[in-house]
Amino acid sequence: MTDAIVASGSKDNAGRGPTRQRKIVRKLPVEKSWSTALIVTIQVAIFAGLVALWEIAADFKVVDPFFWSKPTAIWDTLVIFLSQGGAATDIYYTFRSTILGFILGTASGALLGMSFWWSRNYARIIQPYIICLESIPKLALAPLIVLVFGMGLSSKVAIATALTIVVSTLTAYAGVRAVDKDQERLFYSIGASRWQVFTKLVIPSCIPWIISILRVNIGLALTGSIVGEFVSSEHGLGRTILYAGSTYEISLVWVAVLVLSALSMVMYVTVGWLEKFLQKGVDH
Amino acid sequence: MVFNTDGVPFTALAPVDLDVPAGKFVSLIGPSGCGKSTIFNVIAGLQPPSTGRVVLDGEEATGTIGQVGYMLQKDLLLPWRTVLDNVALGMEIRGVPLKEARDRALPLLHRYGLGGFENRYPKALSGGMRQRAALLRTLLIDTDVVLLDEPFGALDAQTKAQMQEWLLQLFQDFGRTVIFVTHDVEEAVFLSDEIYVMASRPGRIIDQMTIDLPRPRDRSVISSPRFVAMKKYCLDLLHNVGEAPASRTAAA
Ligand SMILES: Nc1ncnc2c1ncn2[C@@H]1O[C@H](COP(=O)(O)OP(=O)(O)OP(=O)(O)O)[C@@H](O)[C@H]1O
Ligand SMILES: [Mg+2]
Repeated sequence: MTDAIVASGSKDNAGRGPTRQRKIVRKLPVEKSWSTALIVTIQVAIFAGLVALWEIAADFKVVDPFFWSKPTAIWDTLVIFLSQGGAATDIYYTFRSTILGFILGTASGALLGMSFWWSRNYARIIQPYIICLESIPKLALAPLIVLVFGMGLSSKVAIATALTIVVSTLTAYAGVRAVDKDQERLFYSIGASRWQVFTKLVIPSCIPWIISILRVNIGLALTGSIVGEFVSSEHGLGRTILYAGSTYEISLVWVAVLVLSALSMVMYVTVGWLEKFLQKGVDH
Repeated sequence: MVFNTDGVPFTALAPVDLDVPAGKFVSLIGPSGCGKSTIFNVIAGLQPPSTGRVVLDGEEATGTIGQVGYMLQKDLLLPWRTVLDNVALGMEIRGVPLKEARDRALPLLHRYGLGGFENRYPKALSGGMRQRAALLRTLLIDTDVVLLDEPFGALDAQTKAQMQEWLLQLFQDFGRTVIFVTHDVEEAVFLSDEIYVMASRPGRIIDQMTIDLPRPRDRSVISSPRFVAMKKYCLDLLHNVGEAPASRTAAA
């Protein structure tokens, strides 16, 4: 047996003999990590460099300051916007519709997704509709939603909800399908009712899945309310951006975008913190 | 028991007749896939049998759940519950208020070697401790019959030996009827009053033997000639089944 293998091996290699493996003496590649201070310094330096470059380029008309504005002008506008412009009102409006849409979309999506656990037939009937909803570009419906819900808060919340609910549903449903079948059998072997299995097994197993969509949803909700404000509104950062753009106040566009990024960052951090907090309750 | 796999009927279990007297420790041994877990699932009401009945204490129990304690092949501790709450799960589901269930479970955790871990999460337990917790959860459910599906299959030899002695003690303390599945002949002989030997394709019982070693049993019994003889008899049976599965007919 062994002979046969050796013979065929040498035939294939036709006299060359089997290729010898190289002997390797090599160090495990290890990258030394720099100190946080150094990393931050470099990051700040890059940012400052880019801003300075922009400023200089605008001064020398390499980029047109009429269309692109320039850092010093943006800074001045920012100070005015924060001190006397409608910053507080705008932030409040955008924040409010985002948070409401986020909560509404996430909660109802999670509930809808988990409800599929109750009946496989019901899940099969509803599923295609969910997939359809997912494939609709919901932002394209924004003008319609504004028509139906009016110019006020509800239309922004509705768009934010529409964006978040589908993802939440699908994710919670994926969580439901991932519920350990054996754990379900354990519950039933003890004699559990369906309600007991749902509350004591299905919901806790789905929580990590729901946590995983919080961060995505906060971004989606923010997009939803901004688009709602684009379409029609009286207040909000989205409206400020649209208004400033249409009157060629480019510095104000940048300022609103900056404030929006700051707001979004704050919400991301909060959700990240919430995520960690909830996660702690789930896997120990 | 016939399964339908992609429309093809597959006879997992030929007619099997299992008569377990109350208060006894009965083991099923047999090759992998011979239908041991399937028998348990049918007894626990988790799978409807294609034909046949389950009778518990003289009463029809086919397809009813919650009548027997069932420890599945995995420990299935819930990662989001503390060890104490995991052990209390069965009682909680059966209507005992959580606080009372905890009060009942706690002394048992201490008595059976899980003391100090009651407020930890399953992740912090070793394999043997996890099995112990799962076993306690099963035993704290107030049922006369307890089904244990290879509870010690994944443990190392030393832990396994400890757990067997621990289980014997539990068996004595709790006074339940136990049906036990294992691949380990020595384990079966050491623990049981009766052993059913199974063969596969289709799953069936080929022999039944009574182990009349006196209780309480001590590990030293393993080297006694009676024990060795019974173990050898069992091993030979299983071995022969492996060699010629088709031609053998039920001996019991
Ligand atoms: N739901 C099912 N559908 C189809 N076939 C099944 C199903 N459950 C089990 N079987 C088949 O029935 C046979 C017996 O399975 P079972 O799990 O009872 O074996 P077992 O004796 O417990 O094996 P092991 O010792 O490996 O746990 C196997 O061949 C398996 O493939
Ligand atoms: Mg099995």
